[in-house]
Amino acid sequence: MTQSRLDGNALAGNLSEIFRVDITAAFGQCTHCKNGGPVAETWVFASEAGMVARCPVCAEVVLRLVRDTGRAWLDLSGLDCLQIAIPDDPQPA
Amino acid sequence: MTWRVATVVAVRPENARAVTIVLDVPGWPGHLAGQHVDVRLTAEDGYQAQRSYSIASAPDGGRVELTVVEVEDGEVSEYLTTVVAAGDQLEVRGPVGGWFVWRPDAPGPFRPVMLVAGGSGLVPLMAMIRTRAESAAKVPFRLVYSVRDPGSLLYREELDRLSRKDGGLHVTFAFTRTAPPGSAWRTGRITARLLAEAGWPSVDEPDVFVCGPTGFVESAANLLVDLGHDPQRIRTERFGSPGGRP
Repeated sequence: MTQSRLDGNALAGNLSEIFRVDITAAFGQCTHCKNGGPVAETWVFASEAGMVARCPVCAEVVLRLVRDTGRAWLDLSGLDCLQIAIPDDPQPA
Repeated sequence: MTWRVATVVAVRPENARAVTIVLDVPGWPGHLAGQHVDVRLTAEDGYQAQRSYSIASAPDGGRVELTVVEVEDGEVSEYLTTVVAAGDQLEVRGPVGGWFVWRPDAPGPFRPVMLVAGGSGLVPLMAMIRTRAESAAKVPFRLVYSVRDPGSLLYREELDRLSRKDGGLHVTFAFTRTAPPGSAWRTGRITARLLAEAGWPSVDEPDVFVCGPTGFVESAANLLVDLGHDPQRIRTERFGSPGGRP
């Protein structure tokens, strides 16, 4: 099983199965260190089993996503809050 | 978002290890420069492999171009660079990603754009350059393109042509191993001095996009912050392996 370090941009496809708006451009606040930033700038470790996003400031887990046939598990317990831009004029999605 | 069946219209070699795959995607909703697509391959035995590739082309109806570099240990990239041919079908999902994007008509203060590419990190930045070339508002762009050697360059002729056509696109090459013989381009890794000379000064408040392998992106982003660029105007996208998205 290979695992490589990417960033939160790589979450976009799998999160688009779950959310109608793009979550990678959302700003999240880390539960552990309280720093905030775009989901796209988190560190993402991806393997065949799933994806783990870590806070780029404190390196704690902020998001976990596992996809299986017919279902997904999404753990957002490492985030206090997500601020999501919802444009009046919807982007192509 | 659902998977769509795309048809390969053409496959264009870019260099010895990279091809551009031109896709026709019925129902494609359009994309922004910098977005990517997920590509899913299914083997005859049902085994599936999925990878993400940056879109190289400017928005053009249902036509989407992906540039894929063959990477070691990359089962999907090997298939896409050596096997796929016109008439084949691929499953794609997209466009995805809303952070690492450039909008030619973005509201707000006018900002020049600085692009910093490491290797195949040029691909989403090329979509921005092509989108700029087709837009009415000619926002000035400066590109710093770090690449191993002349044989690894992508889009060389097009970059030369676009930068000759109007002075609003300035391109600086930095070769990490070997520069073209007789050229004045420097050899070595990207330095603060190079970024300062080839990019915009921080007082111009450019929007900065950095894309490449993880180590390259972090090194370049740190140098840009040291040069006074606001971290909030530096957007980054990292690839997992030195050759490109696996």
